Amino acid sequence: MQPAIEAQHIIKDFANHRALDDVSLSVPEQQIFGLLGPNGAGKTTLIRIINQITAPDSGEILFNGRALRSDDVSQIGYLPEERGLYKKMKVGEQAMYLAQLKGLSANEAKQRLKSWFEKFDIMNWWNRKVEELSKGMQQKVQFIVTVVHEPKLMIFDEPFSGFDPINVNLLKDHILDLKNNGATIIFSTHNMASVEELCDNIALIHRSKTILQGSVDGLKKQFKPDNFEIVYSNGKSDLRQLLGEQFMVLEESKKEHETIARIHLEPGSDANQLIAKLLPHVNIHAFREILPSMNDIFISQVNKNERSNG
Amino acid sequence: MGKIKLIILREYLTRVRKKSFIIMTILGPLLMAALFVVPVFLAQLEGDTKTIAIVDETGLFAPKFKDSEKLHFEILNEDPESIKLHLTDRGFYALLHIPITELSVPNTAKLYANGQPNIIVTGYVRETMRKEIESLKLSASGIDPEILRSIKSTVNLLTIRVDEGGNEQNSSTELSMVVGYIGGILIYFFIFMYGAQVMRGVIEEKTNRIVEVIVSSVKPFQLMMGKIIGVAMVGLTQFVLWVVFTIIIVTSVLSVFSADINAFRSSQLQLEKDPIIMYDSGGETIQPQNQNMENPEQINEAVVAIFDQINSIAFQLILPMFLFYFIGGYLLYGALFAAIGSAVDNETDTQQFMLPITVPLILSIMVAQFIIINPEGPLAFWLSIIPLTSPVVMMVRLPFGVHWVDITLSITLMIAGFLFATWLAGRIYRTGILMYGKKPSYKELWKWLRYRS
Repeated sequence: MQPAIEAQHIIKDFANHRALDDVSLSVPEQQIFGLLGPNGAGKTTLIRIINQITAPDSGEILFNGRALRSDDVSQIGYLPEERGLYKKMKVGEQAMYLAQLKGLSANEAKQRLKSWFEKFDIMNWWNRKVEELSKGMQQKVQFIVTVVHEPKLMIFDEPFSGFDPINVNLLKDHILDLKNNGATIIFSTHNMASVEELCDNIALIHRSKTILQGSVDGLKKQFKPDNFEIVYSNGKSDLRQLLGEQFMVLEESKKEHETIARIHLEPGSDANQLIAKLLPHVNIHAFREILPSMNDIFISQVNKNERSNG
Repeated sequence: MGKIKLIILREYLTRVRKKSFIIMTILGPLLMAALFVVPVFLAQLEGDTKTIAIVDETGLFAPKFKDSEKLHFEILNEDPESIKLHLTDRGFYALLHIPITELSVPNTAKLYANGQPNIIVTGYVRETMRKEIESLKLSASGIDPEILRSIKSTVNLLTIRVDEGGNEQNSSTELSMVVGYIGGILIYFFIFMYGAQVMRGVIEEKTNRIVEVIVSSVKPFQLMMGKIIGVAMVGLTQFVLWVVFTIIIVTSVLSVFSADINAFRSSQLQLEKDPIIMYDSGGETIQPQNQNMENPEQINEAVVAIFDQINSIAFQLILPMFLFYFIGGYLLYGALFAAIGSAVDNETDTQQFMLPITVPLILSIMVAQFIIINPEGPLAFWLSIIPLTSPVVMMVRLPFGVHWVDITLSITLMIAGFLFATWLAGRIYRTGILMYGKKPSYKELWKWLRYRS
């Protein structure tokens, strides 16, 4: 399948540093793509290039397989991290203005905004000034104006900041809805839990370069540490002696009736062998592989890259 | 372009609906009208006749004080100390005490009053005494005041401008000065007031953090131009409303106030309707200004002379040129103000960048007085050519008549300057609006200029 958007060898220099160094990535259609990286890695610069706010020094952005054009802005919805609204303007008027800037006619804009305002149950804010709303309320309005023109590509930079947990869930549901309705979403955040929950694919940018790219499931398998967790009881003998050199007991904690152990498989051994060794001696209650969280992968990969760069 | 139109409309509507705009639009003409109406109103007020006591120990001055409508003088021979204490009891507004001094010609006097004495009173007293002292000094040095009077003369210089075709035209330096100066000052204020509004608007968008949302829909350049044009239209709206309201207020108030003025005005209207009269008496010399104008015909003649002079100034050239420099100058400076706004995070940081653009503007209004003295000199020429100063300086020069080569050069450079400033500002703007946190230096601005868009 053709990617919805593709960055090819993007290089962008600023006065004192290179913000993007030969960055390439491709975002599959109708998926949620996590754009991850530490602060200052170059994520915002890349997002701005996709939005045509700045231009790359070299490299190209492909949108639906062809070079990005200036009228594509009506196909893109962008919720920047640094966002805000005109404080003195009325909510409805402002939403109308921003929707029309994206190319909607006044009638269309009004119709769609009304339906979105009803969905979020905020119709009674229409004539209130933005400065009268709380931060979370403003964020809702901001989200609506990002998606109201029904763009094919949406870019959310830290969309959940400023929301309470209830509204974070509401927003997640809406984002998944948008995806199911055919939108491609680029999602940039530091909240790894939400990455695991929402993203299909990710790219990790560090020090202006892509250091990791792939599907969330694939990356988790790729970086699994071969650790297993066993919950058992009736253990009379010491596990360490029992298992020998092929398996390393990382941790053992005894509860009243059962013991929880984490065991690392040395290369050349597999989980079935482990179970076979344990079966004659203990009653197994639970057995599962420990997969790394995106958080673990993020930290280990960034640190690794940091070390290799000295 | 549809999007620019949307931006212009938003900039315009949000500003025009502001309370401060409505208040200024109403207050401005009231203040301006007050400038015209208050003096008339004050003159209309029937002031009480003030009685001033005079104790003149020299005996030289007292007879010189003549009673007028507003002032009455009473010459007393009492101890000034006792009068001083009972000014109000005895119905005196003030006491003038002229003591004897050792000088042959006394020049000190004291005016006692309860509270600050009226400027009319002090002015009259000072003037009367000055005249008397002067004539005393004259006679002390043996000069006959009559001779001096015959020497004193007023010169009424009728200046006539001859154009290349040999046509003669009455011209008035004073009037040219006034017209030029007013035009220059209007442009100066317009640029400053509305240029600063553009800058504040840009800073507002930056601090609100809305700018990145908007530039994902429109080009930064469109946003900047939309703002500049929107604010310009706000300024023009206010300007037109001020002129209209001021005219309405002044005419309606004055028509209520005085029938005399009404008559005067209708005679003016008559003149406007009937241009033949102006031409007929146009060739006559101007009457000395200090002559009494009791005769209505004389008033008419003086008015005709003024109208003739006004006519002599080439308004068919000046008005369009005023509009050109008014708008061109604003667009040039507006772009620069927008660039400054984009480079900083808040208004207090604007100072260092404001300097280089306020200096030429202030300079041009400051040198206006020298331009008036020598409207053809090299200073006038160069400053009316350079786009940063030409809007004000050329306006000052124009009523004196400027060669078409100079005008063409100035207009061309103005357009070029405006285009260049917009280009320059656009490049700083698109980088500046997305920069937060640190205050940039000139060196950084220079780097921003060279980024690829």
